[in-house]
Amino acid sequence: MSTRAVPPAARRPRFSPRRAYGEGPLHLLLLAATFCLAGYAGVRLLDGDTVGVLLWFAGAAVLHDLVLLPVYAGADRALRAALGPRPALVNFVRVPVFLSGLLLLIWFPLIARRTERRYEAAAGTSPDVYFGNWLLITGALFALSALWLLFRALRSRPGRRSETKVRPSAPH
Amino acid sequence: MPERRRLRSLPDSLRAARTPADPAFWRSPVRGARFTAVLGVILLAGLTLLFVTGLLSYAAYNPDLNRVNDKTPDKGLLGFYLFSWPTGPHWLYRLTQGLHVTVGIVLVPVLLAKLWSVVPRLFALPPARSAGHALERLSLLLLVGGALFQFVTGLLNIQLDYLFPGSFYTLHFYGAWVFLAGFITHVALKTPRAVRVLRAGVPRGEADTLAAPDPLPATLSRRGALALVGAASLLLLVTSAGRSFDGPLRRIALLTPRGGTDPGPGPNAFQINKTAAAVRIRPADTGERWRLTVRGPAGEFRFSRAELLAMDLHSAALPIACVEGWSTSDQQWRGVRLLDLAALAGYPDRPPGVFVESLQRGGSFRKAALRDNQVRDGRSLLALEVNGAPLSADHGYPARIIVPAAPGVLNTKWVETLTFGEL
Repeated sequence: MSTRAVPPAARRPRFSPRRAYGEGPLHLLLLAATFCLAGYAGVRLLDGDTVGVLLWFAGAAVLHDLVLLPVYAGADRALRAALGPRPALVNFVRVPVFLSGLLLLIWFPLIARRTERRYEAAAGTSPDVYFGNWLLITGALFALSALWLLFRALRSRPGRRSETKVRPSAPH
Repeated sequence: MPERRRLRSLPDSLRAARTPADPAFWRSPVRGARFTAVLGVILLAGLTLLFVTGLLSYAAYNPDLNRVNDKTPDKGLLGFYLFSWPTGPHWLYRLTQGLHVTVGIVLVPVLLAKLWSVVPRLFALPPARSAGHALERLSLLLLVGGALFQFVTGLLNIQLDYLFPGSFYTLHFYGAWVFLAGFITHVALKTPRAVRVLRAGVPRGEADTLAAPDPLPATLSRRGALALVGAASLLLLVTSAGRSFDGPLRRIALLTPRGGTDPGPGPNAFQINKTAAAVRIRPADTGERWRLTVRGPAGEFRFSRAELLAMDLHSAALPIACVEGWSTSDQQWRGVRLLDLAALAGYPDRPPGVFVESLQRGGSFRKAALRDNQVRDGRSLLALEVNGAPLSADHGYPARIIVPAAPGVLNTKWVETLTFGEL
């Protein structure tokens, strides 16, 4: 909001739409157009199972903001607390857990075989390989992380003075 | 060690009983205008690509041609841009729909990171500074709800988990437009600032309202956090992208629908959309007694498979590309040109479209309409053989349609009737 000096004549207490709206006229036009388009598509989206679609639409945002995000943020806090005295280790656990958890989140129906019969009827192949594949990928991620940690530990051993430039302590 | 001191001072700050509405509640040192701007610009490009390829997929069904192709007859002006879907290049739908789904999968971590980076704003007080700000926040519900709705319905649909409340076509198409409404506004209002921040950083004298005022010591730099998002996208790309190819590339796609293996060995061992059993095709329907009916102004004709095989056969190398985003590499199809069947039916030149009916007893797109440009393309076949062998039952024996660049479901299998004429 601008704080330009206002000439005294304009100071009279009269209603200013601009002041009440708080933004410029272009902002209002843009949002009006937005809600017109959303309304036009929205009545068609809601035609049918209106309550169900509303629940899904708003529920997706609510579940994400109030459940998924606090859960993973909380998990991260718990991890940091558990590694308290050695914060440099946190990424060696955080990264593979995050990647594996993301795969599980996205492919949960596939991994949990929720649609095994429908999938087999459609594709002619079985989806029962995906749970094993997810475990393998998760295992590989942890193994890579462990190797990386080992590599770093060996390189920064105090006994071994390397001639290569000393790495600045990582920002972990 | 400064970290130690911070840790010891933690209980004091906890005693202040912070709520999410208090900016100091959010303590990650990763959040900040620049971090959000980078993710925002990636999403601007990525979500625009998803929207455009989504609209193209909708047009590829030719929904304005015939009601059997149209899952959203109430679309009104939202179908304003529809056009005759071309038949070339023959990999067009394979490309656009492969991009739509694969880029969608790859963008999930970017979307989640972007939402995480701005979540403190959700709880900021007062909820609205003005009427304009209140409207803008309401439009954010369209944006965030819409984006999550589109991603969730899309990801569930490709995993065949039809939990959502209605037909996927309807929900995903109208949902896209509701999302677009919020997206355009957000882009118009925020892009200038995002570009400024990326070019020159947060302007001097302005506060970075996205950054934590009282950050914890860093365990991950901002660059490291972006690298983590990029690594997640890369992992999803590597484990998914192979679903658009046969053979070794598909085997790399370890965690994605239609990833990993091809169905069985032999010339018919490429991805199947619906097996014969799934749509209740009985062997008796497709055996010796099967006849193809061809209708047109010249009358009604019936052909056995042997009679069709005795006709002038043509070959075409074409893929199968599904709306679910997977596709096969080009397969060698052999059969009778739709052009030639149209001539038999009474259209010796410039044939119109054709209405195709299948033997299948269930499943959507049991009937489908093809436009004149699809019939006129010499590569559009009533295929009888593939890769040098007769079609397998699952690939549509005795005869199936194959049209260049058409979505998979318009390549009707187990064809029973072809009616040439105005649709």
